[in-house]
Amino acid sequence: MSTASQTFSNPGAVDESLSDTERVQNAMQSFATHFGANTAANLESCIHCGMCAEACHYYIATEDPKYTPILKVEPFKKAYRRESGAFAPFFKLFGFKSKITADELEQWQELLFDSCNQCGRCSLICPMGIEVAELIEIGRRGMFEAGLAPRELAERAHRQAETGQPEQSDTPYPEMLAEIGRKYDVDIPLDRDTAEVMACVPRTDLENNPSAIAAMAQVLNATGTDYTFRSDALVAENYGYYAGSRGLQRKISMRIIDQAKKIKASTVLVPECGHAYTALRWQAAELAGEPLPFRVRHVTEYLAELLEAGKLKLNKIDGESFAFHDPCQIVRKGGVTDAPRALMNAMGVNLREMPNKKGFSFCCAGGGGVNDLERAKPLRYKAQELKLNEVDSTGAKRFLTSCSDCRVAFNDAGEHFNWDKRPESLVELVAANIKE
Amino acid sequence: MPILDFARGPMLHFALIVFVFGVLWRLVTVFLLGYRKHYSEARNSAAKSMTGAAVAVGSRSWPHPEFIPRTGFGEAVGYGYHIGLFAIVLLGTPHVEFWQNLFGFSAPYWPTLPTGFINVISVLTIGLMLIATIRRVTNPVLRRISNFDDYFSLVILYALMISGVMAVFGIGGRYEYVLAAHIISFNLLLIWYPFSKLMHAFYIFPTRFIQGYLHSRKGAAS
Repeated sequence: MSTASQTFSNPGAVDESLSDTERVQNAMQSFATHFGANTAANLESCIHCGMCAEACHYYIATEDPKYTPILKVEPFKKAYRRESGAFAPFFKLFGFKSKITADELEQWQELLFDSCNQCGRCSLICPMGIEVAELIEIGRRGMFEAGLAPRELAERAHRQAETGQPEQSDTPYPEMLAEIGRKYDVDIPLDRDTAEVMACVPRTDLENNPSAIAAMAQVLNATGTDYTFRSDALVAENYGYYAGSRGLQRKISMRIIDQAKKIKASTVLVPECGHAYTALRWQAAELAGEPLPFRVRHVTEYLAELLEAGKLKLNKIDGESFAFHDPCQIVRKGGVTDAPRALMNAMGVNLREMPNKKGFSFCCAGGGGVNDLERAKPLRYKAQELKLNEVDSTGAKRFLTSCSDCRVAFNDAGEHFNWDKRPESLVELVAANIKE
Repeated sequence: MPILDFARGPMLHFALIVFVFGVLWRLVTVFLLGYRKHYSEARNSAAKSMTGAAVAVGSRSWPHPEFIPRTGFGEAVGYGYHIGLFAIVLLGTPHVEFWQNLFGFSAPYWPTLPTGFINVISVLTIGLMLIATIRRVTNPVLRRISNFDDYFSLVILYALMISGVMAVFGIGGRYEYVLAAHIISFNLLLIWYPFSKLMHAFYIFPTRFIQGYLHSRKGAAS
């Protein structure tokens, strides 16, 4: 199973409308917009120690050196040295740094999109403190402008920016949401004119795991939260972020920002979706160019706040053992480390931590759009074996996480490996244990 | 001895000029590129983020426990020869005299290590450099990401270290020639420095600081 419900006639193929010269020019222009001091320091600092490979699940699983994270930004490094580095004119004059070619960029598509989830574990191992994950993000942006983002991501990004839905669906998403309300007998407020909290949903849950959405609504209802979903800003995921399009990412974020402003929301609630959290919590304001007039909270963060305020009371569950997967974007890169544990603790969950946990957790290997790339599946499975083995090593009977993309990835891997566990939603567990 | 006079006279001065202006130029062209303003709501205050940044500058010198099984050996070798180099350059008596003569001052207190101890450190350092070089050539990741800069920097460093040891132990011919070779190697290092990865010595702390600050601002792992 992938998140994809729409098939592509030529998946993974490049946008054919650009010439090679245009591809290179566009990529270079995109790279140039990111030549700031922080980025330059990151690009200048690499000592080629190769340690970043030892943090990357793709390298660890395959031992193929091409998956070394810093190697994935080589075209960007080359562009910087040639166009903006301290000795750029010198390098150009003597031909020490050749121009990037369209062929090179095409070869990098797999490295930047199929074999990187932007999980950021490599950034934590670098002895120089290089933010490798951010460089890869910039690399993706150059690839998008060069027309080399995978079609599965680029087309969804365009569609989401235009319509709010990354894919066509027989039933519009707002109707799907209403149907979930009816099916699970839970009141799901939609398109209220004003509300303190505006909530979004993961598209993957709408299609694959509607019970998680019903659970979120159930908890919000039970805690008396004044909230609503909005038809025009329903989807939390941001395919512009996945595809590397700054422009489309901004457009998609602005859809949520505008709706939240319109209903005078003080909080935008990100559901169990990791990359949506990064896109909204940390990047939306930067793309908007101003502070947001509301706060952005992940649902586990919000529920932990309610718990602390005494507005959410939970039953203790029996001593069944759980492992918890820390989603990279929410925990490692987002800092929401204590909230899920506070919720589990309140329920008396017998938590069996993995050897690599919290900020150092291994990625699910599905995030960053990788779930959507059919051709990336064989590599993804190899990387996922690492994590499944870690979960098994805890001896836990059940497996929780707080990201829908991670759940999709683990479900798929579970089926592929005939694994005895399936990922469960932490919010669903909370909803099932609300103290009346 | 014209070659020795040349090495510690005009060549050294030229090398120092290239080094100083080259390093400054590389730093200026990076840190004056401009910084983005951050609009997202910070999880931690600016003061706490700055503290996190300062902590990251130091703590990143020691790998996180999760990574030690995979990187411990490489880090030990890398830091090992760097510590050796610093000890030799900053605490070896001939080098302390060299620095004081070069900059024309006499420090009231500059500790030195006994010559025999420095000699042992020198040999150990060369040994660690050899291990690092073998790893660079044999480890598939290191081999894949290495370039001319990596190897040329090592060649100069070897020339510097080996000529230094030869001078100390009186091997390789007339002392003045060996000493000249040692100083010429040093001059080449200074000239190569601003163009090479050796600049990491100047970038390491600002880069760690920036990452530490940005991660602390988000409350993220660092």
